Amino acid sequence: MTDAAHKDREQALIAAIVAGETQLYHDLIRPHEKVVYMVVLSYVKNSADAEDIAQEAFLQGFRSLASFRGEAKFSSWVITIALNLARRKLRKAATFREVSIDDPGEDDNPPVAPAMLRDWREIPSEAVERNEVRALLREAIAKLPEIYRTVFVLREMEQSSGEETAAALGITHALVKVRLHRARMMLQKELAPTLRAATAPPKRRWLPWN
Amino acid sequence: MELECKHVWNYISEFLDDSLSEETRAMVQRHLDHCEICSAILDSTRNILVLTADDRVFELPVGYSERLHARLDAELRTEQSGESHGPETKSEIKD
Ligand SMILES: [Zn+2]
Repeated sequence: MTDAAHKDREQALIAAIVAGETQLYHDLIRPHEKVVYMVVLSYVKNSADAEDIAQEAFLQGFRSLASFRGEAKFSSWVITIALNLARRKLRKAATFREVSIDDPGEDDNPPVAPAMLRDWREIPSEAVERNEVRALLREAIAKLPEIYRTVFVLREMEQSSGEETAAALGITHALVKVRLHRARMMLQKELAPTLRAATAPPKRRWLPWN
Repeated sequence: MELECKHVWNYISEFLDDSLSEETRAMVQRHLDHCEICSAILDSTRNILVLTADDRVFELPVGYSERLHARLDAELRTEQSGESHGPETKSEIKD
């Protein structure tokens, strides 16, 4: 489906829900369940909290659906609701260290130097089936500073466009690009050596003993 | 103009997204053609992005979707019995 056709279908669905066919809200949110959870999880880092906030965001989205004007995609709109809820939750949590999620300070830091390698042996997607590899990937993403992690989750993992990401986070498209680049370089630096070691072909194990 | 490695690194994201000007892209490509370090950085970054975007890396909690739709059903029922706000009611969504 083209983007335009997709948007038309979404608009029609929303109009029907607002007109009273409320059960259709189930269908409207189904494609966006994962992205909302993932984005919230990138903030709160606790799956139970992330689930609560995601549920709350979808309920709020339902209650205020009549005010959705369709300039943004529905997913960006719900993500914005979810992020506001997540921020509120973090502000309330006494243990949360006082950094602003939109703090531009880190964006002025010097460029991230990548891990230097002389060559790269392609790691196939099947490697993700290994627990050890999944854990490395998850930990590296979790280690990203918040401002980069959220951009990374939206752009890279959920394939939102630069404009959608900027709209959902309330930052400029230029800043989205800067943060995405830094996030990618941080991940390369962290993961290139560890993934390579984890996926290196075993040297001895396959040799017949003699 | 010849690019240094550290300048090439600044362009890696845009190179991958194919959002560089033709001129800059050609300049980066010329560097990559003879620099195995930058080529390896580019290849590893591209590879890592494919892996991190894999659906299998992060899983939703078991029962997440069922719980979400059950809660929504409860909301829709109270909404129908007129006790709660329906979508006609504008409630605050922002801070
Ligand atoms: Zn180089």
